[in-house]
Amino acid sequence: MEHVADPLPQAAFAKAVLELEVSNHAGVMSHICGLFARRAFNVEGILCMPIVGSDASRIWLLVFEDQRLEQMLLQLEKLIDVRSVRRHGAGHEVFERLEAFFH
Amino acid sequence: MLQMTGAELIVRLLERQGVRTIAGIPGGAILPLYDALSGSTTIRHVLARHEQGAGFMAQGMSRVSGRPEVCFASSGPGATNLVTAIADAKLDSIPMVAITGQVPLSMIGTDAFQEVDTYGLTIPITKHNFLVRSARDLLTVIPAAFRIAMSGRPGPVLVDVPKDVQNQLVAFEAYPEPAEREAPPPFDLTAIDAAARMINEAERPVLYLGGGVVHGGASQQAVTLAEQAGLPTTMTLMALGAMPIDHPLSIGMLGMHGARYTNFVLEEADLLICVGARFDDRAIGKAAQFCPNAKIIHIDIDSSEIHKIKRAHVGIQADVAAALEALLPRVKVQLRKRWLSHVAGLKTRFPLQMPGAEDPRSHYGLIHAVAAALDDEAIITTDVGQHQMWVAQAYPFRRPRQWLTSGGLGTMGFGMPAALGAALAEPERTVVCFSGDGSLQMNIQELATLAEEGLNVKIVLMNNNSLGLVYQQQSLFYGKRVFASRYGRPLDFVAIAEGFGMRGVDLDASENPRATLAEVLNEPGPCLIHASIDRENFVYPMVPPGGANTEMIGG
Ligand SMILES: Cc1ncc(C[n+]2csc(CCOP(=O)(O)OP(=O)(O)O)c2C)c(N)n1
Repeated sequence: MEHVADPLPQAAFAKAVLELEVSNHAGVMSHICGLFARRAFNVEGILCMPIVGSDASRIWLLVFEDQRLEQMLLQLEKLIDVRSVRRHGAGHEVFERLEAFFH
Repeated sequence: MLQMTGAELIVRLLERQGVRTIAGIPGGAILPLYDALSGSTTIRHVLARHEQGAGFMAQGMSRVSGRPEVCFASSGPGATNLVTAIADAKLDSIPMVAITGQVPLSMIGTDAFQEVDTYGLTIPITKHNFLVRSARDLLTVIPAAFRIAMSGRPGPVLVDVPKDVQNQLVAFEAYPEPAEREAPPPFDLTAIDAAARMINEAERPVLYLGGGVVHGGASQQAVTLAEQAGLPTTMTLMALGAMPIDHPLSIGMLGMHGARYTNFVLEEADLLICVGARFDDRAIGKAAQFCPNAKIIHIDIDSSEIHKIKRAHVGIQADVAAALEALLPRVKVQLRKRWLSHVAGLKTRFPLQMPGAEDPRSHYGLIHAVAAALDDEAIITTDVGQHQMWVAQAYPFRRPRQWLTSGGLGTMGFGMPAALGAALAEPERTVVCFSGDGSLQMNIQELATLAEEGLNVKIVLMNNNSLGLVYQQQSLFYGKRVFASRYGRPLDFVAIAEGFGMRGVDLDASENPRATLAEVLNEPGPCLIHASIDRENFVYPMVPPGGANTEMIGG
């Protein structure tokens, strides 16, 4: 009998905040969300705004630090529309400051 | 100042890019582009009978030329029919540019006639894709599509062009330069030093070559490395031909249908040098038990492949040819008599068994007889199934790009249109497609294209009147509950070939199959050669699904 892997209990993992700089056009979000969705890699939070005075947008992602995160970062970097990827600790203030809007 | 429509601009940019042949099928949303193409004096259009066929023709051209080749399809069903060929190109890292028509911009999102979200559909199966929103954007999008398709790890790029954008006028100063391959990333020479040291110190090293060696034009460097350092060398399905199969250091294909000795040699390795391969499950079996005692050096142009399945001790993101060039002067000349004689001993004890190889009416014998009638200039394609694995095991591949097969996606229906593409790209060669009766029926309509183009393509149909590989799996792993894998009625494939307007030859009826093959294969033009194969012939050895490579059955 084949063993079906249980989904990783993500709540047990620490969180990380990813900061992406991407080309600002309509399809970018689909490319990025698709990468995570297909691997059932849960994205807890997502925030996207154009960067003032440029043709780029910044995307903030709140994700779990499971063992696949390294591979996810490499896959993100491969996307043509993703110009840079930075990884921050869970303590990054961007999502903390937003929390007031989610009560 | 130049002024033209978006459609004309696409055609001019394709011409300037050096595209000479495009396969496709027109339809309402791409008619402006076809109208512009009709005015081209340098690009020839090949009218496929199904868009999947057009996609595989473009792939066949790319797989032999190494350059991105182009296919066209209309919106809606035209685009959805292309999807399989694009996904296939993605999994085998084949550079290709697919251009699709789309409903006018103003109608996108209205469920207009033949509207489908081609951009959304193709996100996960392309290296990159574009929905073009103005004719001016074509000036950057078309060169970018080619640059992306051929740079780094190659792959398919889709450009979706709404009909009104094709008709829109655009004025511009000058054409953009044709795209070129981007320079590969610089790599870490200290890692090369470390790799060289590991190779010099290893006692039982094995070189493991993947399709990246073929794509990267690194076969010669890989063979030189093997010879210099005395490395037994295995190839994945995608890398066959990178080292001639009869080279003394070749240990053949690894994995699910590799020879027993090949998998045993890997089991004993203390160092695995993986070049342009990706530890695919069909190649390595159960990952945790693959090369259990080996340190790993992994060289690949795609950094996300390194450490993905197996943690590498030294990982080098680099163009494989450049990395091998850098490695060569650092690697000691070694004869490795002990290890190589041990490998030779394993080969004698556990060779690839090819029962019936002397009989041209048996599966292995037929493949050998075809090879004997051809030289190394011929190109060989296959479909997917038992016949594909038998050809991979038995055909003497001796040069890169001699062998075209759908490895990653394993798409039945690949072989014949890919053979057409190969013949379009290199018409002076003989192209032979080994197919199964199941696979051939997946794109059988392209026989019409083949006959019309009169290309030098021979189809060797290994007919077991069943979906052989499925029949094998049910027989071996599903308690012989054979279901939905045998056809109820035999087809007359010779009559079918003739009906499409090409020669059909029944090898079963030949007194002397070798002589018939030699005659038919060396006569120019298309031909279908039919040979019956006993359904009870299975592909052996075989690693059972989910098993480790050393747990092979049969053979
Ligand atoms: C498009 C597609 N559908 C289904 C499969 C699953 N499949 C793999 S091999 C096979 C049978 C192939 O039969 P045939 O082409 O006659 O070759 P044989 O195995 O008999 O040599 C099937 C159905 C596939 N690989 N591709």
